[in-house]
Amino acid sequence: MATQTIAAQAAGDLDAAVEMTLLRFITCGSVDDGKSTLIGRLLYDSKLILEDQMESLVDDSRKVGTQGDDIDFALLVDGLAAEREQGITIDVAYRYFNTETRKFIVADTPGHEQYTRNMATGASTAELAIILIDARKGILTQTRRHSYIVSLLKVPHVILAINKMDLVDYDQAVFDRISAEYREFARSIGLTDVSCIPISALKGDNVMEASAATPWYRGPALMQGLETVDVAVKDLSKPFSFPVQWVNRPNLDFRGFSGTIAGGVVAVGDEIVALPSARTSKVTRIVTYDGDLDRAEAGQAVTLVLADEIDISRGDVIAAPKNRPEVTDQFMAHLLWMTDEPMLPSRPYLLKTTNRTVSASITALKHKVNVNTLAEEAGRSLTINEVGVCNLALEAPIAFDTFADNHLLGSFVLIDRITNGTVAMGMIDHGLRRAENIHWQAQTVDKDARSRLKRQKPAVLWFTGLSGSGKSTIANLVEQRLYLRENHTVILDGDNVRHGLNRDLGFTDSDRVENIRRIGETSKLMAEAGLISIVSFISPFRAERQMVRSLLEPGEFVEVFVDASLELCASRDPKGLYKKAQAGEIKNFTGFDSPYEAPENPEITIDSANVSAEQAADQIMEYLASNGYLSEV
Amino acid sequence: MSLSHLENLEAESIHIMREVVAECENPVMLYSIGKDSAVMLRLAMKAFYPSKPPFPLMHVDTTWKFREMIEFRDRMVAELGVDLIVHINQEGVAQGIGPFSHGSAIHTDVMKTQGLKQALDKFGFDAAFGGARRDEEKSRSKERIFSFRSKNHRWDPKSQRPEMWSLYNCRIHKGESIRVFPLSNWTELDVWQYIQAEDIPIVPLYYAKERPVVERDGTLIMVDDDRMPLAPGEVPQMKKVRFRTLGCYPLTGAFESDATTLPDIINEMLVSRTSERQGRVIDKDGAASMEKKKQEGYF
Repeated sequence: MATQTIAAQAAGDLDAAVEMTLLRFITCGSVDDGKSTLIGRLLYDSKLILEDQMESLVDDSRKVGTQGDDIDFALLVDGLAAEREQGITIDVAYRYFNTETRKFIVADTPGHEQYTRNMATGASTAELAIILIDARKGILTQTRRHSYIVSLLKVPHVILAINKMDLVDYDQAVFDRISAEYREFARSIGLTDVSCIPISALKGDNVMEASAATPWYRGPALMQGLETVDVAVKDLSKPFSFPVQWVNRPNLDFRGFSGTIAGGVVAVGDEIVALPSARTSKVTRIVTYDGDLDRAEAGQAVTLVLADEIDISRGDVIAAPKNRPEVTDQFMAHLLWMTDEPMLPSRPYLLKTTNRTVSASITALKHKVNVNTLAEEAGRSLTINEVGVCNLALEAPIAFDTFADNHLLGSFVLIDRITNGTVAMGMIDHGLRRAENIHWQAQTVDKDARSRLKRQKPAVLWFTGLSGSGKSTIANLVEQRLYLRENHTVILDGDNVRHGLNRDLGFTDSDRVENIRRIGETSKLMAEAGLISIVSFISPFRAERQMVRSLLEPGEFVEVFVDASLELCASRDPKGLYKKAQAGEIKNFTGFDSPYEAPENPEITIDSANVSAEQAADQIMEYLASNGYLSEV
Repeated sequence: MSLSHLENLEAESIHIMREVVAECENPVMLYSIGKDSAVMLRLAMKAFYPSKPPFPLMHVDTTWKFREMIEFRDRMVAELGVDLIVHINQEGVAQGIGPFSHGSAIHTDVMKTQGLKQALDKFGFDAAFGGARRDEEKSRSKERIFSFRSKNHRWDPKSQRPEMWSLYNCRIHKGESIRVFPLSNWTELDVWQYIQAEDIPIVPLYYAKERPVVERDGTLIMVDDDRMPLAPGEVPQMKKVRFRTLGCYPLTGAFESDATTLPDIINEMLVSRTSERQGRVIDKDGAASMEKKKQEGYF
């Protein structure tokens, strides 16, 4: 590419230059494969080495170069003084160049064994990896390791550059043998888009243009490959997700949520859900400094304004309601350990996702992956540069996608709480819901101790009654009052639990029983934690309510019967469910074609037809206070 | 539709700035008045809109900046309604430190590096944005976007925190700080293209104009005030010159040019065969001099 071409472009047609696309790629290979030489060559041939840089390059080549009187391109990119002495690259270095159509950001990543973590760092932002091989040596252990890391980080495109072809007399047989062997290996580790190119970085063959020395090779030169790889597809086809980075409140009249769209597209008027709260709203504005937008897409940094005043803060994820990220506090992930201090299972680390930091610990190291042989090995700990498959438990639930689905919502780092160092990078495989993955942990602090700390007696306020009887409304009021008294509460609401914990259950009788059993077990755990849980479920069957009562200690189960007639509930019909049931659109609807068994001896009965929700809440608070659940404030 | 490279870079910079504001207690933006600072300031206006940037700007004034830079600085701050802190190392002023009397190395160390450390300590800033780009210089190309500094403001290139995806670890101990470089991935060309596309005001010194200059060691130095020592009988010559980077006027080389518009400047840069820091006197003291300065706390 001649300098005049860009100059003409600058003078005549700046718009074209502004429309360039961006490709981030990494180069990886063993110490002597010629990575730095290749990058130096790309910069040199793209006319991006300037006179003063060239002067110091010629000067340095003579002093410390390894190419005799020739220019040592490696010196261009091996920047740190210490590296010049050692002759190797020891950290990630970023380089920039561009052609007419594309700007390139290159991470030059090291080949030395102890720096695997740096390669992973470079790979994390790359859309393409150039893996260098010395044609004389073929595929080495390091090649496998680098390729595995590329697959671990799910870099979409791979170019295998078989270098130093000049030293094997540009022999096609050598190229064919290495490419065939590599392709087979690449397939086995899930690398799907691989192209192989015979090059000489030193002599420039097949770097910028097709070389006369390899007439048998008909594929693109390296630069052509870099210019044409498709980066446009991006994350637009994925469901909309938007991690809230910062709440934007310049004054009382404006409340927006700033962040970068992690996937998909959003438009004004779209329905959204905020996670983990699962509250819904609509997008009313997409605000930017350059004016409001009608729509915005993955990669854009914008500020969203919503129709409703719902409580959203940094760490939440705004998403498309129909295809929302999972919310969990336990998941399985691949970890790459990056620090000298080994990983300790059960030690609390800080886990940072794209917008949130929570305490987390590794509950199980399922196996390690030997990055050289790719074999799964047993282990109790991870040391620097080791990869393992782990289960993690978080202190609070987060919204996430798997790393395969969305790099931004599926990645995290672990931070040491004492040193503040970044100790590991992680890629989420999937959330854990299955019982076999949840291990009982030895308890050293008991229920009494936890309750004392909270200055309350644990209780399960179990609201039962027909749909529309007012259970949830009263339950919410009670929770607000308890909160104002500084009591520690948690609310388990039928609809919410059905979206998460029990989302695999339907409305048959057996599913209803299982539904209540799980809620009962959950409430028991809450009681163990010393909490006052407020449970609001139709829970139509006496036997199941009795079963929950028996799970708990005497006095912990407080049954609140919200008594309202079917006619009254059907006339209120807040969710339009009775109408649907009458039309036959919902089967097994309590009160219609499924029975409701009223409690015989509830602790509290609310006469829903004759008292307001406020009065009902007063009645419940009075009961709790006079029965010793709440200590004096 | 996919984002252009400038849209990509803009979004990345905005993400970085918001992350600092969300996670750090007391950030500041170092504003050096040059073209990179101009772009950084525009990005800050964008990142928090409709809020104003929730941090002050700070200029470490060596007292030897071009007069036009100071005028431009004060005008921009007034127009945008942002807060500006100007810090001058008064100890250096008291000792009469200057580039002519003490040489470029001592002047830069005392008035710029020490001045910066003083200011960061005085206000207790735990994060400071800088406009440095990785394409400027070799040691910068290996520096993280979030660059950790010890209590003594030192940079240790051997123990940098790994930086993956767009996940930035902002955690520090009391007294430590982070230098944050939102323009890390921008090139000089990107900066000029963005200035053109966004119509961002820049100091007029970037445009060619008749200016009084003298030649020192093969470099054209503009005589910006009467502190410039002249040889007996030496008369500054009027030449049509401009600057590719801006700093202390005695340390910033001008070059002859006819570029009076942005397209002219971009055009000239693209056909130029020297790098932008070439005009800076301080970068030439040995190949690893910038790396050494950075370890000592220079930006």
